Amino acid sequence: MTTTKYDPRVLKAPHPVPGAPDNWKRFFTFNTDAKVIGIQYMGLSLFFLLVGGLLAMVMRGELITPPSDLVDPTVYNGLYTMHGTVMLFLFLFPILNGFNNLLIPTMIGAPDMAFPKVNAAAFWLVPVFSVVLLSSFFVPGGPASAGWWSYPPVSIQNPLGHFLNGEFLWILAVALSGISSILGALNFVTTIIRMRAPGMGFFRMPVFVWTAWAAQTLQLVGLPALTGGAIMLLFDLSFGTSFFRPEGGGDPVLYQHFFWFYSHPAVYVMVLPVFGIFSELITVYSRKPLFGYKFVAIASFIITFLGLIVWVHHMFYSGTPQWMRNIFIVTTMLIAVPTGVKVFAWLGTLWGGKIRLTTPMLFVLGGVVNFILGGVTGIMLGTAPIDIHVGNTYFVVAHFHYIIFNTIGFGIFAGIYHWFPKFTGRMYYEGLGKIHFVLTFIGATLNWLPMHWAGLYGMPRRVASYDPEFAIWNVIASIGAFMLGVASIPFILNIVSSWARGAKASANPWNAIGLEWLLPSPPPAENFEDDVPTVISEPYGYGLGKPLVKDEEYYIRRSMEA
Amino acid sequence: MTSTTPKGKSGWPIRLIAVILLATASDALLSYQVSQWAYGWLPVPASTAAPYVDDLFSLEVGIGAFIFFGCTGFILWSVLFNRAEKYDESDGLPIEGNNKLEVTWTVIPFIIVMILAYQAIHVSETLSALGPKVKYDVEGGLSPDTAIVTGVRDDIGPIDVIARQWSWEFIYPNGVHSSELHLPLDQRANFRMSSEDVIHGFFVPAFRLKQDIVPGSVISYSITPTREGRYRLRDSQFSGAYFSQNQTDVVVESEDMFNAWLKQSAANPLVPGLSPGTALYNERLAKGNKGWATVPPAPPPMVNDPGNPDAPHDA
Repeated sequence: MTTTKYDPRVLKAPHPVPGAPDNWKRFFTFNTDAKVIGIQYMGLSLFFLLVGGLLAMVMRGELITPPSDLVDPTVYNGLYTMHGTVMLFLFLFPILNGFNNLLIPTMIGAPDMAFPKVNAAAFWLVPVFSVVLLSSFFVPGGPASAGWWSYPPVSIQNPLGHFLNGEFLWILAVALSGISSILGALNFVTTIIRMRAPGMGFFRMPVFVWTAWAAQTLQLVGLPALTGGAIMLLFDLSFGTSFFRPEGGGDPVLYQHFFWFYSHPAVYVMVLPVFGIFSELITVYSRKPLFGYKFVAIASFIITFLGLIVWVHHMFYSGTPQWMRNIFIVTTMLIAVPTGVKVFAWLGTLWGGKIRLTTPMLFVLGGVVNFILGGVTGIMLGTAPIDIHVGNTYFVVAHFHYIIFNTIGFGIFAGIYHWFPKFTGRMYYEGLGKIHFVLTFIGATLNWLPMHWAGLYGMPRRVASYDPEFAIWNVIASIGAFMLGVASIPFILNIVSSWARGAKASANPWNAIGLEWLLPSPPPAENFEDDVPTVISEPYGYGLGKPLVKDEEYYIRRSMEA
Repeated sequence: MTSTTPKGKSGWPIRLIAVILLATASDALLSYQVSQWAYGWLPVPASTAAPYVDDLFSLEVGIGAFIFFGCTGFILWSVLFNRAEKYDESDGLPIEGNNKLEVTWTVIPFIIVMILAYQAIHVSETLSALGPKVKYDVEGGLSPDTAIVTGVRDDIGPIDVIARQWSWEFIYPNGVHSSELHLPLDQRANFRMSSEDVIHGFFVPAFRLKQDIVPGSVISYSITPTREGRYRLRDSQFSGAYFSQNQTDVVVESEDMFNAWLKQSAANPLVPGLSPGTALYNERLAKGNKGWATVPPAPPPMVNDPGNPDAPHDA
């Protein structure tokens, strides 16, 4: 068993920054405490969840009837482009970085991230590029409207001719987002490798840490391709080069390779930490060790590796030769194996458990059920003949949202509820949480399940109007979308009122096993500071009667007395 | 991997095996039924490609349903029968792993997905309607005709398919221009596809076929329609402001009807073709050009047959 000793000398920056306020105002400062940064990420990204959701409401309002009658088609195109961009770059990536900041140091017993100032800088780039992105609503010509994948030549058409245009700002925002993500990834990977508590070998790390590590490695390998593609696109748009411009000898399909080389793995960057959340929570609420822990941990890196060699399945009908289709059919199919291993491990953990249906567990189970459906349709999309029929239709919208919202979104809500007492020191209201789950599950199902049939029947995605035969599916989808909007009300109420007036949380309200639960709620600035526990067992020792760390009673008593 | 499976009674757990067999059989039956329903979730099949795609889809739906119902059924069963009692703070059985089981559930999905991959490759190659993409020089002002297309068998064609923001134009070898695509039944038609501006997607759901049309490249593509009728042809690749309007019909008819249409159309004078985006753009201009920036639609193509977009379509 390899162990890496915790080395406090890695830390150079004093944190929190001397003079920083010790109240709610610290969330608006350049604070270097990972837990403050984690909450900064989460607060900002939840705000953008509402912004992105609002854009989606308008879109679903437009699509509730076949003709384009609510907004101009150009406005619709801007709305769906910004919806996708906001949800991915301002909600999903930041909120998962929020979890990483809160959980990685506390789960591995580190006082903070390896580079606290870089960590703060990575966060503060998010509000900067959010302003850049959203200001595009006010430039001549409106925001980018070529979709979140921004394929040329549509994305490099510039009808007004202004240098400052929505697409320009979109590319700039994506590039800044990339810089922020790379800074974050370097920090997370370094922290995991260098700053684990004594005795915490790689196979004693919680699965969330494994999945975050795998996901951030993927960021480091994949992001340069997207950034390179974005810079070349910017040159084509603003300086008249012809990397992708056909009339200058460029090939627009080349951009698709750059884009998908990163953007397919980007889904794994988002879903892997959620697999980690599922694994953590299923063990706690089933009171069982994670079945096949090592298989699950290793499967994360197999997904990382395979995720980098499947991108062409997004381009089966882009003039891709048959031999290349065949290779990418096989690699795409293979991804189902390590993901299947994880699902079966979760089922194995449920077997014979003592299951508690708390709000986090409900979101986990709902997320797993949705992921199985999204995974099944993902396999279909990996087979070229089916993909050729349903690709670029609402079937893909359905599949994508089953993964992005119904799996990742559910995992995020589960994680928020589960670790809310730990990081705020307050309990959430269980009743409101359950109302939130029920409304979300029904709303999400109504929203995205019917889209499968619309897509199979041939309704293209990204349309502002459609033939009347698709109306019924769209009416149901819009009702579901509005229900999701309503579902956000109990969630917001719960978070705000619980944080302000909720019952005080104990150090370990779920009776969970893990280093973070040996800290007081909320944890102090540098977690265990210089008194880092020595890990002596594998994680998830439910029912085994073995302590996780040496002198566990001492840490439990200390956390409760704090 | 430690294994701490609880000591059971000696002998076969007959009851458990019976329950598993019954559950598996029910799952298999239900999944088979769903796989049959899946044929009805698709538009009418109208090309030689469609039955292959439909069969593969049905197979995948069947396997997918088996996995989905099996896993969700297990979760439901666990939630119903493995719930902790109120105030029960004890732990569950501390089963950490089982190497045989983990290897089994790694190998079985591997075999299933490899079978699916093999079948998908087999179907993909059987369709053989997916043509090569050949780049040509746009900057030099060359026509897509200069791109060499080889190895394509066809009874009809090549028919030039020209995609624009936002209209379709079809030019037949005898010089007929049309806004609708007319094809004879049971004959393999070859298309020479090109785009004048951005990437468009040639998508006929009833044919189960789709092909991106990339500017700067010519795509050779073949289809054999097998059912008479009128089917929607949609642009599947986002192409800008009036993308959703960029659709027309494919009319599949008997060889005699097709030849009569070709002859009649050749005698018709050229008129502005179907271009619904143009009408919307003109409405926008009339309202003071409100909305965000857009590329003006290309002028409607001059065609012998402008088509009838309001005619009822089969799929």
